[in-house]
Amino acid sequence: MNWYLKRTGQALFTLWAVVTVAFVLAWNVPGSLVDHMVDRIVQNSNVDPEIVRESIESRLMFDPEASLLEGYLTYVSALLEGDLGYSFVAGQDVSTTLAEAVPWTLLVMSLATLGMFAISLALGAIMAYREGSWFDIANTFVGIVTTSVPYFVAAFLLILWVGYSDAPILELFPPRGRRPPRVDPGFTVAFVWGALRHAVLPALSYLITGYGLLALSMRGNSIQTLGEDYVRVAELRGLSSRRIALRYVGRNAVLPLYTSLLLSIGFMLGSSVVLEQIFQYHGVGYWMYEAIDATDVPLMMGTFIVITVCVVIATFVADVTYSMLDPRIKSGDQGEAY
Amino acid sequence: MKRTDDDAGDDDPRTDGGTGEMFGDSEITAVTRRQRARETFDESVIAPFKVAWADWRTKVALLILGGFVATALLVWLHQAGYTLLNDALRLFGSPWELEAPRSPVGITDERRSVRPFENWQYPLGTFDNGVDILSALLWATPSMLQMVLAGGVFSTAMATAVGTVSGYKGGTVESVLNTIVDIAMSIPGLPLVVVLVAIIRPSSPYVIGVLITINVWAGLARTIHSQVLSLREQSYVEASRTMGISTPQIIRTDILPNLMPYITVNFVYAARRVVYDSIALYYLGLLGGGMAENWGVMLDWAYNLYNALTVSGKAYMLLAPMVPIVALSMALILLSQGTDRLFNPRVRTRHAGETVQEDDTDREVNPPA
Repeated sequence: MNWYLKRTGQALFTLWAVVTVAFVLAWNVPGSLVDHMVDRIVQNSNVDPEIVRESIESRLMFDPEASLLEGYLTYVSALLEGDLGYSFVAGQDVSTTLAEAVPWTLLVMSLATLGMFAISLALGAIMAYREGSWFDIANTFVGIVTTSVPYFVAAFLLILWVGYSDAPILELFPPRGRRPPRVDPGFTVAFVWGALRHAVLPALSYLITGYGLLALSMRGNSIQTLGEDYVRVAELRGLSSRRIALRYVGRNAVLPLYTSLLLSIGFMLGSSVVLEQIFQYHGVGYWMYEAIDATDVPLMMGTFIVITVCVVIATFVADVTYSMLDPRIKSGDQGEAY
Repeated sequence: MKRTDDDAGDDDPRTDGGTGEMFGDSEITAVTRRQRARETFDESVIAPFKVAWADWRTKVALLILGGFVATALLVWLHQAGYTLLNDALRLFGSPWELEAPRSPVGITDERRSVRPFENWQYPLGTFDNGVDILSALLWATPSMLQMVLAGGVFSTAMATAVGTVSGYKGGTVESVLNTIVDIAMSIPGLPLVVVLVAIIRPSSPYVIGVLITINVWAGLARTIHSQVLSLREQSYVEASRTMGISTPQIIRTDILPNLMPYITVNFVYAARRVVYDSIALYYLGLLGGGMAENWGVMLDWAYNLYNALTVSGKAYMLLAPMVPIVALSMALILLSQGTDRLFNPRVRTRHAGETVQEDDTDREVNPPA
């Protein structure tokens, strides 16, 4: 079968599986959580609890009294229409809230991923070429230390650093919010620059704590590749060292890092729940936190589905690009069964 | 442990040297079983420990982890009602005592936000609600280690089972298991755990540990799967297959031992994920309540409740819980970096004090540095 077709089918199957998992979870929730929500609203205002309950249940994605299959069908068909339900916390439709939030999360994530891979690939390669030098040893040590710091600890330390340093840095890297105040959204220099500045600290928290392991494995892979016979042959053939470094060593050392890339995409999108709360960065993760805080089921399930869809799409893109780098993956020869 | 000559002489007078030797032989085989047990112990416990200890990374890691385990045991005993720690402290006249990290009733103003190293009754200071920071730091260790253990064991067992079976069996089994692994891998961990915890509301640390690693095993299963794919084509595996040895036994004796480095390293990564995610869950307020039972609760209090980063002079509240978090995480990283040496057979035998006949060809290719 065509590899691309197979891969697309797999992505769609994953999406379906995730939606089903989300439904099963949501199906098991309502009773207690609806009670909880009703209690909350009734506490703050003196409305009749039954009216509140009815309005909440009418805004759930399915009728809790209906049969499992019926509920599932209404849920899936609503999702297919792009309807994720109504959020009480945001005061608007979940889909509107999240459509507006997703680009911000993706901005931070892509900044962090690109920066992290650029730095660790270059660093790992240089460390491998200078194996055993002080540069190698010092960077290995720094890499291990920074890897040991959880991303949220790094976030606190960055805020602490920015907060205690002089005003210019505070202005350059604001530790709160996602865009400069009093600047209209749009493709203006002021807005784009402001958005980038606000994304720097969250992205740095990922980058600082994530680059170490990646650089170390790049170093290991490069050292292993440097010892391969084909590199020696290439040297004996008198190929330029630039060509050897890029085509022979670099390419083969990078390929095994592919799994790390996949895992780090999922990890970053997942941990946005914590990081965006710390930086008060109104992305998808921030809304998930708000949803948990207020036990807002539609928003919680909506963020869960949206984050997973982002991961599935990102993984799909990474898979397709990877297949261009490494044609072996497409042949998919897994050998016979025993 | 050979039988001495006296014994042999007492029991049965020998007519000639032969029978005595025969008896001696069988006695020796009986003893070697014990010897074999000791050898296995040497090989599987003492030798790896020696190798591990020789590497500075594992040495540091084991020391830190040992400290955590010792603390956890003492605190756990305290929580169970055996106040060994406080008795010992009182004996030495220490002003500080371990106490449950909840806001004391009838709290006086001098107990609120004490700065560290000022009042030795609260060596690391207190929060605004009077909770002693040092007590809170220690209080969290037992449940943290329980979570780490449960999560590590669950994800490692799950991944090893799925990875080896799918890799070795191939065919339909492989495609089905691979699809499951792919789905599990593409569901981002923390949001799934957040939703699950919000619904299940677990309180046992073991359950929390397993919930956190509910899809962490997938990444490891993929690594193991690809390793098994190359292992199963090895000639010795093929030999076992030709001899008609059953699949489970081939997996156990031929495949699994070669996977040990991946399994241990990934146990450590799973453990690290449990540390990160459990702290995140407590920080987000999904778990726990009213008491500083986790370092994440302390971070939450410091940052969100008492604005440690915006009010000057309060940063210590936020910095204190970071110390054990980073220490534990660093110990795990160092352990994973150091353990790959454990499974290199050549390094291992050299450390066990045996002489190894290294083949010369090997030397020529890799001259000793």
